[in-house]
Formats: sequence, C-alpha cells, structure tokens
Amino acid sequence: MSRFGGSGPSGRAVAVSIVETVHELSICSSIADIVTRHAAGRTVQVINVRAGQLRQIVPDTLVYCWGLVSAGTPLDGSRINVEPVPARIRCRACGEVTDVGEVPVFACGGCGGVAVQVVSGEEFLVTSLELAPQPDGQGSPDQER
Amino acid sequence: MRLMGRFHRHDDGTGHDHAHPGAHAHDVGDHSGYATGGERLEVLERIFDENDRTAAANRAEFAAAGVRVVNLMSAPGAGKTMLLRETLARLGGQLRIGIIEGDIETSLDADRLAGFGAAVALINTGDGFGGECHLDAPMVRSALPRLPLAELDLVVIENVGNLVCPAEFDVGEDARAMVYAVTEGEEKPLKYPVMFRSCGLIVVNKVDLLPYLDFDMNGFLRNLRTVNPEAEVLPVSARTGEGVTAWCDWLRQTA
Repeated sequence: MSRFGGSGPSGRAVAVSIVETVHELSICSSIADIVTRHAAGRTVQVINVRAGQLRQIVPDTLVYCWGLVSAGTPLDGSRINVEPVPARIRCRACGEVTDVGEVPVFACGGCGGVAVQVVSGEEFLVTSLELAPQPDGQGSPDQER
Repeated sequence: MRLMGRFHRHDDGTGHDHAHPGAHAHDVGDHSGYATGGERLEVLERIFDENDRTAAANRAEFAAAGVRVVNLMSAPGAGKTMLLRETLARLGGQLRIGIIEGDIETSLDADRLAGFGAAVALINTGDGFGGECHLDAPMVRSALPRLPLAELDLVVIENVGNLVCPAEFDVGEDARAMVYAVTEGEEKPLKYPVMFRSCGLIVVNKVDLLPYLDFDMNGFLRNLRTVNPEAEVLPVSARTGEGVTAWCDWLRQTA
C-alpha cells in the first residue's frame, strides 16, 4: 500500500511523502503552539527561530512544513526565519573551544582530548516574533505630510 | 509613507532597523514586500519544552513503578525486532519485560513479538498528519495505560526506524541503545552524529555477514569514536545468537 497516493488528508500527498523521514512537521506544530500563545491574537509576519547544528534541522524543510502546518490557521502567511548556530565543544582538559565542523569531530582541536562539553549547537528556540502593526496603533505613518 | 525607525525585513531575509533618518530614500525600489511599522516581540521559548515536560512525567511514572526503560533506536531494517525476539526468548523467564512498539502504519513488528510472554503496547504513529518518523514523549505517554508497569522490571521502547528524528526526542527513558547493522557501512556515525552520540550502547548487528561484506570494523569504530568516544560496543548476530547473551547481560544490568 502506498502512502504517496491521494488517500491523505486534503490531498497533501507531497507532505505525506516527506513526513516519514523528517521531524520538522511535528516541530512546526510545537512552534505553532508557542507562537499562537505569544502573539495573543495579533498578526504574525515573521517567526525567528534559532537552531543549533546538532538539532539536525533542515531550514528549507522547516520553511516548507511551516507552510503546511500554518495553512488555514491564523498564522497563515507568516514566515519562518532560521538562524543557524554552529556546534562548538570545549575541552575539559585544556579548555580550548573547537568547532565541531561539518564532518563532525568531537575531539579537542588543541590537545586532541575527547572529554569535551558541547557549548553551542544544541539550542532550538523561538527567539522572537515580528508582528504586523495594529490598525489603530499610535504613530500613524501618515501623520507627517 | 515614513518609517519611524522601526524594524523591517526584506524579502531576501535580511532585516535592519531604520534608526538612521535620511540614510536612504524609501521611494526607491519595490517596497511592497516589506513588513513595516510592526513590532518585535521577544519570545525565547525552547521548542522542545512541552515534549521535555511530558518526558519528565513519563520518567517519574516509570520510577514510581520501579521499572527501568531503554529506548532502542536504529535505521529501518537494522534488526531491532529480531534482536528483541531473541531477547524475550532468553530473558522472558528472568525479567518481566514490556515493549512499547513504535510503527508508522502496521502491527507487523508487534505481531512478531507476540507469544513471548511480554506485554506489548503498539503505537501507530500513522495517525494524524501522515505519520511520524519518531516517538515523542506524549506518544509514549499514551501507551502507558496499556502496560502493567507495576508488574514489570524493564520496558524496551522500540522506536521508529530512523537515524535522525528519534535522537531528538527524550521520551523518559533511562538509557539509549542503538542497533547498527554492518550492512550500513562504516561512515554513518559521521553522517548521523546526533544519534550515535545520544546512545550509551551500540549493538553492531549482523556480524554473521562480515565474511561476505567489505565492512571495515576498525574504520567504523574509528568513526564512532570521533563522535562518541564513550559508547560501549557489542558485536552481535541476532540470527546466529552470537553476542546476544552479552546484550542480555547489558539489559539485566540496566534493569
């Protein structure tokens, strides 16, 4: 039986084909909960997300999944902006901080020690929202002519 | 239209603040895509907060019942279910074991574990949006009422076969173990470092196939050490039974 066919909800066959290999979709649901709570009914234009390298988030996939998750909700039309954070380790022996690198090596770049602590790259949070101006807000753009 | 020193964002993803009046004219170019005059609201909320709270609740419930929990992960086809069958056949008389079985759509794996005396709770992750690629803490929580926790010594959570997503989700386990098949090649620790780092034990399965493969065990171990120097490694063949006793001993120590 294929799950790539038209049996999925709302004919979102493309989405169904990717959810089996990515976790960005369920992550988007968590993001939606956080954003909805903080926005408190205001229109959200941009959601800024900080994602460490060790979180294995593919920004394009997150953006794509966000479109699916937000469609038809009050967050429809908002956009996710991903700020990537490289993974770095600190050596417990000599204190040196080393980039883990793209092909990851969890060993100290200074002394080669493997007793290391991850100091960045594991963060994954919604940092801020950019909200649309409120219709009757102060400081109207047309006040000066 | 005048921008009052407010943050705005361009379509190319760059953003800046116009706190520099007159620095450039705003009637130049297409500004229709701008979000202007809005407000930036600081949030700083961890995206896994809800999962991690539920994982803590699961952990507390396991501890209260006196049961130890192992989260068993692997790529599809590495041999988790076969290893569990052999495990239940050997340990069934000594340990009271429960299995939480994550499967996208079917009960095939759970069926293979039936008849070994273990309590099996199946979670089909295919409900909802087409299926999940991992178990998260709320999914595991939903399975708890279907296991007699107070009567068990050990629960093994057989996660969904996937080398990326399951590593991200704490489900309330005490230990993480991984089944890795020698057919997967030497380089996977470098490609999936988060998974390999998150596990205390790597079961290297299907070693009965080594004579027929070019698998370089030393190369694999070298790659594993660069991402997880402390992981324990057990060579196993669930098919021939080689190493299965050592794996069962590890489980007994964990339980």
